[in-house]
Amino acid sequence: MSTPVLQVNDLKKHFPIRAGFFGGTTGYVYAVDGVSFDIAKGETLSLVGESGCGKSTVGKAVLRLFDITDGQVILDGQRIDDMPSGTLRPMRRRMQVVFQDPFSSLNPRMRVRDILAEPIRNFGLAKDAAELEAKVAGLMDKVRLPRDAVGRWPHEFSGGQRQRIGIARALAAEPDLIICDEAVSALDVSVKAQIVNLLQDLQRELGLALLFISHDLAIVEHMTHRVAVMYLGKIVEVAPKRSLFAAPKHPYTEALLSAVPVPEPGAARERIILKGDVPSPINPPKGCRFHTRCPYAFDRCRVEEPPLRPVADALGEGHVAACHLHDLPAEQNPLAGSKGAAILAHA
Amino acid sequence: MPLLEVENLQTHFRTPDGVNRAVDGVSFHVNAGETLAIVGESGCGKSVTAMSILRLIPEPPGKIAGAIRLNGKNLLELSDREMRQIRGNDVSMIFQEPMTSLNPVLTVGRQIGETLRLHQGLSKQQAEERAVEMLNLVGIPEARRRVREYPHQLSGGMRQRVMIAIALACNPKLLIADEPTTALDVTIQAQILELMRDLKHRVGAAIVLITHDLGVVAEVAERVVVMYAGRKVEEAAIGPLFRTPRHPYTQGLLGSMPKLGSSLDGTETRLAEIPGLVPSLKKKLDGCVFASRCPHTTDLCRTVAPALEEKAPGHVAACHYAAREDLGADEMVAA
Repeated sequence: MSTPVLQVNDLKKHFPIRAGFFGGTTGYVYAVDGVSFDIAKGETLSLVGESGCGKSTVGKAVLRLFDITDGQVILDGQRIDDMPSGTLRPMRRRMQVVFQDPFSSLNPRMRVRDILAEPIRNFGLAKDAAELEAKVAGLMDKVRLPRDAVGRWPHEFSGGQRQRIGIARALAAEPDLIICDEAVSALDVSVKAQIVNLLQDLQRELGLALLFISHDLAIVEHMTHRVAVMYLGKIVEVAPKRSLFAAPKHPYTEALLSAVPVPEPGAARERIILKGDVPSPINPPKGCRFHTRCPYAFDRCRVEEPPLRPVADALGEGHVAACHLHDLPAEQNPLAGSKGAAILAHA
Repeated sequence: MPLLEVENLQTHFRTPDGVNRAVDGVSFHVNAGETLAIVGESGCGKSVTAMSILRLIPEPPGKIAGAIRLNGKNLLELSDREMRQIRGNDVSMIFQEPMTSLNPVLTVGRQIGETLRLHQGLSKQQAEERAVEMLNLVGIPEARRRVREYPHQLSGGMRQRVMIAIALACNPKLLIADEPTTALDVTIQAQILELMRDLKHRVGAAIVLITHDLGVVAEVAERVVVMYAGRKVEEAAIGPLFRTPRHPYTQGLLGSMPKLGSSLDGTETRLAEIPGLVPSLKKKLDGCVFASRCPHTTDLCRTVAPALEEKAPGHVAACHYAAREDLGADEMVAA
């Protein structure tokens, strides 16, 4: 098997909380607390979870927008988390990002041409001005924007068009991996579909690996190959798309799926409504982090943290979940079967 | 007589570069105890419609024309003083962002009590008692302690519950909810939708739900108005609207949404795109508002605006070619 494009091992990021006059550290926000995954060439891995679960922090840590607390980030076989900035620079070219808000992620004082030319120049990807111009034009074609729009300013474009510019800018560096941090969340439904289709086309065309960070499960199901579900700084379940949606093996995943409203009036669904809110990542619950909201929690969950390990799944390999329920005999395990269809009201 | 009747509502804004026709001739009604959803994408005028009902549009630059009748009384003809008697009392509103719509320096009890003291003349103690009841009603635990707390001490879901408590405090006949769950996480959204369904039975207020999320519509609404570029393009009960959408815009909207569970039986298809962009509302449009993006556009569409026409009982759509009852949903009639 070839090396994955990206490998993340036991990634931790704890943000210190400073208080008082001298700014002493009074505690930590355990934003990401031991996350591991990998992404192969041409594959999409989605990170899903609710706000505050640490999914964006994972994205930023991979991009090394800050230093991590512990763990390893390996891009194409090379560790980048402890790389000095000089050697890191050429590695940065290979991973790019598309942000959520197309209105604040483009410099309003730069024309589209300059926005797209900057990464090409920075990484020395064009020999001369003519090649640069040709590359910029090529990028506009790739994201289906008219070539003559390069002389315009970001404010002249709509949200969807701006997001296309953001994607073109990410592609300008000719990356192997693109991190989409809620890249379609701020867009209207009809525009969202355009951007989702574009990302899928580009992935097929260029063999890109995508880390798709999103809270929108319907889009994730449509886009992704595999899904990792995060809760309070930890991954609780990873599975190929079909397995995850057909047979969720973690109570949180199950509740998350059942909470998504489906555009089908009167659909008879099995509904699980979680009580309460996500606990604070400053003081995460002992034992399983989900036990405070879990409808199936029993004594062991309150004291012992379940590790992430393979679970039986009729649909195929590669399904891992962190839940004690899978140690129980099948007839006592509410997650033993394939409940996806009932939860999603899918005939 | 319907509880609320909106007739030919036109809310226009004067801007330096022309008049923005945010809402351009929208009519609908809401019966007592009914939930009506108004859906559309950003800029379609759904929020402006909601704000217009309560006359929360600053005039100028805004200008509201048409008629908004609550129990037969035209709200547009009332004085500001009379209008204040209605807001929060007969008609109340829940906004999208619970953090910015609550006052950060007042306790939640005081904010719930404010409407009660103003409209029902309750004393401070009575208002606090009632505030505790309201917090219990919306499912906030330890209500007695929570009434003394400030908005920043509550989570997003709790704040939205407080907003609902404020809105329902005076037993309004009509509740306008503008994107009430958009800013919330899905598990919290599920809680709030459950609460809204439950309260509808217990309180019996009619609800106008403004949203862009068709999933939320399917969960709570009974009837739907679809808006596009300031106009109503389709209206139907939720069943027919989702099963047999008549307007190409509604069809496009439903087609561009990925369906949860699509991977289960391998029916995943490429998402349908609606090409192009929403037209500028600053230009007067002669033809159909959707003509520039519609796959079925003809010259007729570009020149003559289609009237809202009943395509099936209780199902109206503004399209020259939308199929009538006797034809299938996807078929378009050639003129």
